[in-house]
Amino acid sequence: MRRRDQRLMMIGVAGAVLVLAATLTFAGLRDSVVYFVAPSELAEKAQAGQRVRLGGLVVDGTLRRADDGSNHFNVTDGAVEVEVRYDGLLPDLFREGQGVVAEGRWTPGVAFEAERVLARHDETYMPREVTEALKQRGEWKGAQ
Amino acid sequence: MIAEIGAFCAALALALSFAQGWLGLAASRRDSRAEATTAVAQAAAFMCAIAFVCLIAAFVRSDFSVAAVAANSHIDKPLVYRIAGAWGNHEGSMLLWSLVSALFGAIFATTRGAQHLSLWSRAVGVQGLVTAGALIYTLFLSNPFARLDPAPMQGAGLNPLLQDPALAAHPPMLYLGYVGLSIPFSLALAALLEGRADQAWAKALRPWTLLAWTCLTLGIALGSYWAYYELGWGGWWFWDPVENASFMPWLIACALVHSAIVTERRGSMASWTILLAILGFGLALLGTFLVRSGVLTSVHAFAIDPRRGIAVLVLLAIALGAGFGLYAWRAPKLAQPSGFAAISRESALVWNNFGLAIAAGVVLIGTLYPLIVEAAGGGLISVGPPFFNATVAPLLAALFILLPFGPMMTWRIGDWKGALTRLAPAVALALLTLIVALVTTQWRAVPAIGLAIGVWLIAGGLTYVWTRAARGEGAALAKIAALPLLVWSMSVAHIGAGVLTIGAVAETAFRAERALALAPGQGVDFAGQRITLLEVGGIDGPNYSATRANFRVDRADGARSLSAERRFYPTSPTPTTEVGILSGLDGDLYIAIGDPVRGQDNAWAVRLYHNPVVHLIFLGALMMGLGGLLSLVAVSRSKRRPA
Repeated sequence: MRRRDQRLMMIGVAGAVLVLAATLTFAGLRDSVVYFVAPSELAEKAQAGQRVRLGGLVVDGTLRRADDGSNHFNVTDGAVEVEVRYDGLLPDLFREGQGVVAEGRWTPGVAFEAERVLARHDETYMPREVTEALKQRGEWKGAQ
Repeated sequence: MIAEIGAFCAALALALSFAQGWLGLAASRRDSRAEATTAVAQAAAFMCAIAFVCLIAAFVRSDFSVAAVAANSHIDKPLVYRIAGAWGNHEGSMLLWSLVSALFGAIFATTRGAQHLSLWSRAVGVQGLVTAGALIYTLFLSNPFARLDPAPMQGAGLNPLLQDPALAAHPPMLYLGYVGLSIPFSLALAALLEGRADQAWAKALRPWTLLAWTCLTLGIALGSYWAYYELGWGGWWFWDPVENASFMPWLIACALVHSAIVTERRGSMASWTILLAILGFGLALLGTFLVRSGVLTSVHAFAIDPRRGIAVLVLLAIALGAGFGLYAWRAPKLAQPSGFAAISRESALVWNNFGLAIAAGVVLIGTLYPLIVEAAGGGLISVGPPFFNATVAPLLAALFILLPFGPMMTWRIGDWKGALTRLAPAVALALLTLIVALVTTQWRAVPAIGLAIGVWLIAGGLTYVWTRAARGEGAALAKIAALPLLVWSMSVAHIGAGVLTIGAVAETAFRAERALALAPGQGVDFAGQRITLLEVGGIDGPNYSATRANFRVDRADGARSLSAERRFYPTSPTPTTEVGILSGLDGDLYIAIGDPVRGQDNAWAVRLYHNPVVHLIFLGALMMGLGGLLSLVAVSRSKRRPA
């Protein structure tokens, strides 16, 4: 192969790889982007079975452990309360009355099945999404 | 008084950095000014060092009239963490950033090496401006010496999670890497100003790139290790935006380490090397922006202050604007590279660079996508591990499959048939691994392929050492001992990538995890062993109290004891986890204790993980860092010899 042809071939392969990577990237983004919703938006925004992040405050006195070992607690944005069921391990910073983000799927009329529960490792942490949601509802009591 | 001395020295350093910038950029043709530039760079670094020592002194003496000390330290804190507290917070870490930048500038200015005088002085000048930018930000937007009036009696304390040896060492290491990339950036800008990027230029660039890459590798590994044993989640990588912020510059630095070799040895790819040097530093700054501004919802983003975020963004815009502007203007004028064939060492390194750069691009898109969607009014979204696993993993897999061929190629024109023949045993071993893994995992293709790739990398690295040694003379051991250091450094790093791959794949695919409630005396069978909770009791540490749970682990080869703690620091409202880890050859048994379980008498929430071969992840990263270090030694040695 002549040098010129070789160079063309390399550019061709590089172009093909780039297109493949871009396709993968955007297909990946379409499939794995997770929307954030507040409890009151759950019914309107999330279709049953769609993966979302539910953010809000854990309602005081609602955390309990079921006989099957799963954790149950309610999350509120001041307007609506949603029951969350979680089979896994609650993070260290999980507390009643504090902000939390639960990632999972919702079945209307039943509970929100969380696959992951996030609380950040900073004691003053309030998930940003929760702050936004609380501000929108006028429930925000913090700074700004 | 100490805080004022510190602030004064930092201000002096700022003035000196500007002088360094001006002198360096103007000194191009006059040797006397070049000498002055070196002296100014040294003075700037000295002033920064004094400022930093003053900050450490304020932390050690628990001077709570200094705001940064009051917010981040506590009188009860052990000395070593009071010292580490100086950089374990936003303000102090920015001063550290400036110090490292000034120190690197001074070292670079002092060891001029083989570069052309005007190239050297311009690089010192640009570095001076980089330091000045960091100092402006430090002094005006996050002054670590700001006083607090009235001074509190007691500090708020360091986040107990950060009170940890790995995390005390993590930021300095990461910053050495981030800021280490500023020297390649300065050299790239100097080359563009100068209109030449030759082999001597690449020779000056390479040790700094290696240093930055090695520090980034070790810094990221330390952070990952810390997350693994301190957070109590049993995980080591979360594709968290803050992790991505360090991973992107790492990928680009990795590409730069390789492209600098091509430019040094063959004079080609110079303009690409320059572009990578600009991008690498740009991504390091972007990483700082992402972490500091709080624009991203992250598990670890801290210092939420939009004003600071905007300031970093302005600095980023200036650096990248200058970099890309100069690049667009001057790069086309750089000398054209010499040619090479489609199958050659050069082309292998081109593909390596291509793959790493695409991977960095994909991580960048995934990290910034939520910001873009939100800015466009599309609501709040998050892009999590599924995206990165689906995109970055196949890219790295392709890169790793090609990797062992690279070292087997010769410069200019390579021989792929010969390389394949020599690699045949490695290919066979990898295929055998694939088949065995497929059969033993009931046809789980992804982990099987991953394990085979890991074995392929290790076998390929060993094959390279073997083929190089076979060229020598004498006994086998003597031949291996006589190999050049660069052969070792490359092989150790590449084998390290294989070890890390095996650890990462096996840990991700085969980890076992269980959450349950246990009362003292109760036991459970988990991952081939019986785990019994013996008792739970309170203990007192130096500045915390803890609940400690003692376990007995019965295995085929005998019983061991293990304890896990939940610590309560009076200065922090939330408890922290001290996991119990029982390491064996096959992996870690990892136990974390939670809260008492409500409604069940005397029972505690317990989390059990079995993390198979998790140590290979950290061992692999360590080997990669060691490879970088060996390479750095080899490259600096060769620098002293006349070229």
